[in-house]
Amino acid sequence: MDNLLSIVTFLPLVAAVIMAVFLRGNDAAARLNAKRLALAATSATFLISLLILVEFDASNTGFQLVEEAPWIFGLTYKVGVDGISVLFVLLTTFLMPITIAACWNVDHRIKDYMIAMLVLETLMIGVFVALDLVLFYLFFEAGLIPMFLIIGIWGGKDRIYAAFKFFLYTFLGSVLMLVAMITMYVDAGTTDIPSLLVHQFSSGTISLFGWQIVGGLQTLMWLAFFASFAVKMPMWPVHTWLPDAHVQAPTAGSVVLAAILLKMGGYGFLRFSLPMFPVASDIMAPLVLWLSVIAIIYTSLVAMVQEDMKKLIAYSSVAHMGFVTMGIFAANQNGLDGAIFQMISHGFISGALFLCVGVIYDRMHTREIDAYGGLVNRMPAYALVFMLFTMANVGLPGTSGFVGEFLTLMGVFQVNTWIGLLATTGVILSASYALWLYRRVVFGDLIKESLKSITDMTTRERAIFAPLIVMTLLLGVYPSLVTDIIGPSVEALLLQYDTALAEYVPDTHVAASH
Amino acid sequence: MIAADLAIMIPEIILAIFAMAGLLMAVYTTKDGMAPALTFGTAIVLVIVAFYIGVTGEGTRIAFDGMFVDDAFARFAKVTILLSAAAVLVVGQDYMQKNNLLRFEYPMLVVLAVIGMMVMVSAGDLIALYMGLELQSLALYVVAALRRDSVKSTEAGLKYFVLGALSSGLLLYGASLVYGFAGTTGFAGIIDATAGGDVSIGLLLGLVFVTAGLAFKVSAAPFHMWTPDVYEGAPTAITALFATAPKVAAMALFARVVHDAFGNAVGDWQQIVAFLAVFSMFLGSIAAIGQTDIKRLMAYSSIAHMGFALMGLASGTAQGVEAMLIYMAIYVTMNIGAFAFIMTMEKDGRHITTISSLASFSSRQPAKAMALLLLMFSLAGVPPLLGFFGKYAVLWAAIEADMIWLAVAGVIASVIGAYYYLRIVYLMYFGEDREGLDGRMTLAPFVALMAAAIIMLAGIVNLFGIEGLAEAAAQTLVN
Repeated sequence: MDNLLSIVTFLPLVAAVIMAVFLRGNDAAARLNAKRLALAATSATFLISLLILVEFDASNTGFQLVEEAPWIFGLTYKVGVDGISVLFVLLTTFLMPITIAACWNVDHRIKDYMIAMLVLETLMIGVFVALDLVLFYLFFEAGLIPMFLIIGIWGGKDRIYAAFKFFLYTFLGSVLMLVAMITMYVDAGTTDIPSLLVHQFSSGTISLFGWQIVGGLQTLMWLAFFASFAVKMPMWPVHTWLPDAHVQAPTAGSVVLAAILLKMGGYGFLRFSLPMFPVASDIMAPLVLWLSVIAIIYTSLVAMVQEDMKKLIAYSSVAHMGFVTMGIFAANQNGLDGAIFQMISHGFISGALFLCVGVIYDRMHTREIDAYGGLVNRMPAYALVFMLFTMANVGLPGTSGFVGEFLTLMGVFQVNTWIGLLATTGVILSASYALWLYRRVVFGDLIKESLKSITDMTTRERAIFAPLIVMTLLLGVYPSLVTDIIGPSVEALLLQYDTALAEYVPDTHVAASH
Repeated sequence: MIAADLAIMIPEIILAIFAMAGLLMAVYTTKDGMAPALTFGTAIVLVIVAFYIGVTGEGTRIAFDGMFVDDAFARFAKVTILLSAAAVLVVGQDYMQKNNLLRFEYPMLVVLAVIGMMVMVSAGDLIALYMGLELQSLALYVVAALRRDSVKSTEAGLKYFVLGALSSGLLLYGASLVYGFAGTTGFAGIIDATAGGDVSIGLLLGLVFVTAGLAFKVSAAPFHMWTPDVYEGAPTAITALFATAPKVAAMALFARVVHDAFGNAVGDWQQIVAFLAVFSMFLGSIAAIGQTDIKRLMAYSSIAHMGFALMGLASGTAQGVEAMLIYMAIYVTMNIGAFAFIMTMEKDGRHITTISSLASFSSRQPAKAMALLLLMFSLAGVPPLLGFFGKYAVLWAAIEADMIWLAVAGVIASVIGAYYYLRIVYLMYFGEDREGLDGRMTLAPFVALMAAAIIMLAGIVNLFGIEGLAEAAAQTLVN
């Protein structure tokens, strides 16, 4: 299969077009057909994407399964995967059927919903496989359109505010990146990502409006990329769109947002910031590390006082993404391995947690923590599943959450002991908010009248959680599944990074001449 | 040699004869009775002429001692103008008929305006430029006031006329200064007079006045004041015309003047154009936020878009002109689609243009709402739609010309601008269910809306090949 990646990328889009053009009517049968078609398409995409794993050679650190075709404005349509991106593709294709199955109970404009989800899947996969700057930007930004609609049409009470905030916030972050991308194109004469990875952008100090910019062009472009990825990630203090968007988004929207869309920021750091602007990354690393620590501690504390379950998990996501940025900018093997591992594992865990909230929200139509309590009495299976993912979220050894946090902490400890120390308190804080949430919702006596008739999970719901449980435990006890694939590529990236840094001599020439 | 000169102007001559013949025929026969057929026929003639220009034109030919230039640049602009005017005529026909505005003069006035535009983009001399500009403007003043019994329409026409005359005066004053200091009105002579970048203060003043006059015509801020009122007051089908063909013509003329006549003084006009670009982008984006009437909103939107097109021009390179041409072509397509929709906005049989009437439109008309959604995101410049590639092209040109600050200003303005396009999407999709539009779309507007939306998606594959044409056009202008 020469076009494997393109097939995986565009199969959901084809299904969306078929659905938009051929599926008529709005009766129960049509609605069911829309769901079935979407489930079939995403499942087929997942199965085909497994072939990527079969064909992928982990020992090869270059890009594989590359496809290339000329495009407009001297750009190319070029896709391919390496050890860093391949797992994100699989994460996306793995989670999408689950997400579709999770919105089986939605009936409001279900056809549009399914179309938006399928389009979104294409765009998300596209982000991870794109090997051309502008192609990457195209997929990266286009995802805003379906997500805007998903939040705005199927979201909660304040969905309109949340949708606008989500869109404008992330749009503003990204347009500066576009300017930087075009600057890179002008500077390097190509938008081909593999070529840009070996291109050395100038890092000589420049003077701008009387300011000495150490790292010069690299620093400016790094900042532009940072504006975009930090918002997407999201990092403290530009995380405020996330809780709003999460709370208002429908369950499936939250799952996609937390499990996949947030990973685009981390992926961007790994694909662009670190290898393309090594000098700037090195200069800026302390800033990022401190912001990450603040995010970990601050958002964990904020999570603790939330009264809305989704908001709590949203803040917890910000904290966990703090570990990711910390690992990335520790810039060593442990840190990077840990960061990627944490992103993959957070994809499963946060997705599952939002699904857990969805299960009880579907029954009670509220996300207030106070409205629950004692669920274990009537929902034992649910209590078990929720417990597992709460523990995974806390980072209990044996779950995938532990591996990622441990590796990033180990990585950052080698760079800065204080940051490592402070970040570790985040693990304790996460235990306190997650366990407290669990206690308030699940344990205690079942005293609320409205909960007396609540039913346990249905077979469909159990089936949705099964693969997530398997993956969380599997990666928890056998993390080499992931690290074997990402290891060689990370090693190559770091080798290049360290070489570039070794060659860099901070020049004080410009500063001296003024 | 007059025959050879005239041969170069065949398309304009054909159109002029057609316009006169059409007028005579209508007067001697059924008058307004033949207006529908005449409108449709005019559109066909415009398309044929566009086709003729596109197929037969080659190289650069100069007529009347340099007064009239037929080159790849002019042909690109002319084809865009002719096709968009034809599209507006066809799309607007039902609207005009319904509002009892379909008089036989209407298509003929449009043809005359189009001839003016074609002369503008082919002008090789300040006098030819002015002639084309005035022919276009006079025809458009009349069209703007076509609805004689409406105060708003006549007000729009009058406003357009007064401010248009003012801008023509400015331009003429600048032209006289240029003539005084360069000793010639021919572009070739002016560029010789400034050889080596040596521009006298008088010429510079002339340049500034000419630029201001042109900025009026493209409705770039701070010379934009007439736009919202005229857009709002004119019958919607006419607004669609204003938003498309004349903008292309004025922008192409702008490029022609600054490059053909003042190509040696790039540094002098670059700052002015960059200022116009930044001011237009921000003013258009910010002022549109508070609008409640979709026609006024589109007016501000067009001001912002002209800012982006000017950004391409401000880079002062062939690449910039190419980007501008591509931008204009995409802009025109988006606007025809959007106005095809706006023309058919009706409630209880009456044409309404309030934005709030779009509330929950998507639940009643999903296909049209989807098309409009794509157009709005495209206007906002969100990838993967074609509008993004227009913006990408001008940003690229600006950065290539070392004007990163201009690019940064542009993208920030585009984020502000995204807000009001999103608001339309929000009303259509998230707004609570409420009485809204109930009109039906006739075939032509429906096709135009859908086609524009599909082009926004399908165009990203290869831009329908206009990239190469625009590049060739830009190369002939800038060398």
